[in-house]
Amino acid sequence: MSTATRSLPRTIGAHAVLLTYTVIALFPVIIVIMNSFKSRAGIFGAPLTPPTPKTFDLIGYTTVIGQGDFIHYFQNSLVVTVASLFFVLLFGAMAAFALSEYRFRGNSLMGLYLALGIMIPIRLGTVAILQLMVASGLVNTLTALILVYTAQGLPLAVFILSEFMKQVSDDLKNAGRIDGLSEYTIFFRLVLPLVRPSMATVAVFTMIPIWNDLWFPLILAPSEETKTVTLGAQLFLGQFVTNWNAILAALSLAIMPVLILYVIFSRQLIRGITSGAVK
Amino acid sequence: MAAAPKRPFRWHIVVFLAPAVLVYTAIMILPLAGTLQLSLFRNIDQAQVFVGFENFRRLFGDPNWSVNFWNALRNNVWFFIIHMIVQNPIGVLLAALLSSPRLRFSAFYRTAIFVPTILSFVIVGFAWKLILSPLWGVAPNLMDLVGLKSLFTPWLGKEEYALTTLSLISVWQFVGIPMMLIYAALLSIPEEVIEAAECDGITGMSQFWKIKLPLILPSIGIISILTFVGNFNAFDLIYTAQGALAGPNYSTDILGTFLYRAFFGFQLQVGDPNMGAAIATMMFLIILGGVCVYLFLVQTRLRRYQF
Repeated sequence: MSTATRSLPRTIGAHAVLLTYTVIALFPVIIVIMNSFKSRAGIFGAPLTPPTPKTFDLIGYTTVIGQGDFIHYFQNSLVVTVASLFFVLLFGAMAAFALSEYRFRGNSLMGLYLALGIMIPIRLGTVAILQLMVASGLVNTLTALILVYTAQGLPLAVFILSEFMKQVSDDLKNAGRIDGLSEYTIFFRLVLPLVRPSMATVAVFTMIPIWNDLWFPLILAPSEETKTVTLGAQLFLGQFVTNWNAILAALSLAIMPVLILYVIFSRQLIRGITSGAVK
Repeated sequence: MAAAPKRPFRWHIVVFLAPAVLVYTAIMILPLAGTLQLSLFRNIDQAQVFVGFENFRRLFGDPNWSVNFWNALRNNVWFFIIHMIVQNPIGVLLAALLSSPRLRFSAFYRTAIFVPTILSFVIVGFAWKLILSPLWGVAPNLMDLVGLKSLFTPWLGKEEYALTTLSLISVWQFVGIPMMLIYAALLSIPEEVIEAAECDGITGMSQFWKIKLPLILPSIGIISILTFVGNFNAFDLIYTAQGALAGPNYSTDILGTFLYRAFFGFQLQVGDPNMGAAIATMMFLIILGGVCVYLFLVQTRLRRYQF
């Protein structure tokens, strides 16, 4: 577009709108984090000002760390997320490779079957999933959550990864075949390293809903031993309704790891979305 | 999955496909089918007995169930309408602004506006509950700054406002998704199309309405169906902000919370897996209906505009 068509007022207008929305988007997060570092009087007296030396207080954080078993919940969430992510990526990539590389009867039917799960949420099968988990003795284990999240993440992973695997050059794979590499070696040694960027995109898309999910931990694994951080925070917040210091501190503790990870990976995530991976 | 003729059976295809297909079938497809099947049974004397559509008749006809069901469905439709008329236009507007060339700080805006989307419902629900709480005074204080303090009421606590407020909170959380998808679509419009438009003297706003908007309609279609599926499957935000009873007085009850109560029971009512399955079946049919409408109607009509 030529510079002539861009006028100064329009640029200022665009910035004004975007800045306003940025403030709306960040305001609640900032206000919660800001107030978590204040004393009770500071929280209620001047909620909109940053903590001053007079109102600075870590009482909320000491309460949360003293009361809740947050480190343990955090570990559970980490185990569930990492394990599900590993299986989604491994199984998803394998299936995507089979669908995009080989021509066999039922190929597109299989692709369609696997893509069903993108549109139909796994939550609707909860009643039977719970029965299945009760029957197999997996209730209140992290395994149950890992299985469910693996199934939940697979459809989108297969869909996105097979789009990318179609772009891997055939010559490369055929060169490998002529050199006598097995199909498995071609997949693990040649193709997987080449699709690593798209794997990262899938990883981010898969990770966020798993880490944030409340429904399945609530239903499949509500015991003290297996609580995830989302469920733990939910119950903790329910118990401490009147202790504002503790609530604000707990919220901040729940926000910060996600926020830090997001700042690190945001470029990857945004590139993933804008590269047209999700059509 | 038979091998092609005159070729040895290609076991590696089976090996590559098996783990994904097995997990997906066992944990997702079979339970889904199982749930649909359960909705046709009742537990009578410790045994599952086939009762046909009896559960659905209760869901639609028995006042104990139907009042709540229709209420939840109505609320859910309203929840969806708010998303469609607020979230998507804001998303399109932000994306259109972000995609203007040589805009400074666009990476910063993009990153910042997407922040709420990555937070969990628990955080979002509680943070807003605190902010809107009349006890704390953040919202009244802010409204005082612009002289609107008299308009403040505890929105989440009033029957007539609670659902709309929650819908807007959900919009606030998810506006990043339409923004990103539309932004991607706008970036992928070929330079030649824009140049041709400029040669014909179409610039600025009219360029957006006449050239760009028709080209991003397929993305808007995808966003609509994603919103539809997400909304009719929502649960977490309502549960976090208002509890399983979706108060005040069920005014924020949607199908997800209704399913949860029916399945698990609450207060004095015992949980009923069969009725839970019936509600899940209804949600399945609604979502399936939406997806079909999208696939057969919208998609075929919109495809004309694609390159």
